[in-house]
Amino acid sequence: MYPNDRVATFIAENFIPVKIHIKEQPDTFKRFGVQWTPTLLTLDSDGVERYRFEGFLPANDFLAQLALGLAHTAFAHEQWREAEGRFRSIVQDFPETDAAPEALYWAGVSRYKGGDPAALADTAKQFQSSYATTSWAKKASVWAIR
Amino acid sequence: MDIAWRKNVDQALAEANASGRALFLDFNAAPL
Repeated sequence: MYPNDRVATFIAENFIPVKIHIKEQPDTFKRFGVQWTPTLLTLDSDGVERYRFEGFLPANDFLAQLALGLAHTAFAHEQWREAEGRFRSIVQDFPETDAAPEALYWAGVSRYKGGDPAALADTAKQFQSSYATTSWAKKASVWAIR
Repeated sequence: MDIAWRKNVDQALAEANASGRALFLDFNAAPL
């Protein structure tokens, strides 16, 4: 299922992994509102869902999505510095993935939540030169200083 | 690296709660 060693290592090192098969555990699919496969969920240690994505992805995109799950978990727990660091690592390590502009957006929000009032305007400026055609750039555009 | 997959969600939730680790749930329909 996970032939890529980097993906397997990332899962093993960062998560308690659970595999749920549609034919073996249909009730668990219903419990988590899963209607398609593959669906991948990140839950925090309290069992609260923090991120999900659907569909097969190449290794780098998959890794970036897993990392988003951990970053959003830190964000939900108001661990702003950790969340910002995790989001920025995604931008740095997986710049070509769809996760990167999402991570750039949330890195800015994390920095802002952490007490830096300039973070949102800085992020909007970054989006003018990176990922400018993405929906995340549109969302950040309202933060730009005019 | 091999992944030590669990199958029981509630046992995994208890394990996560005790260890502070996040959970990764893979819902799939791969051939059995």
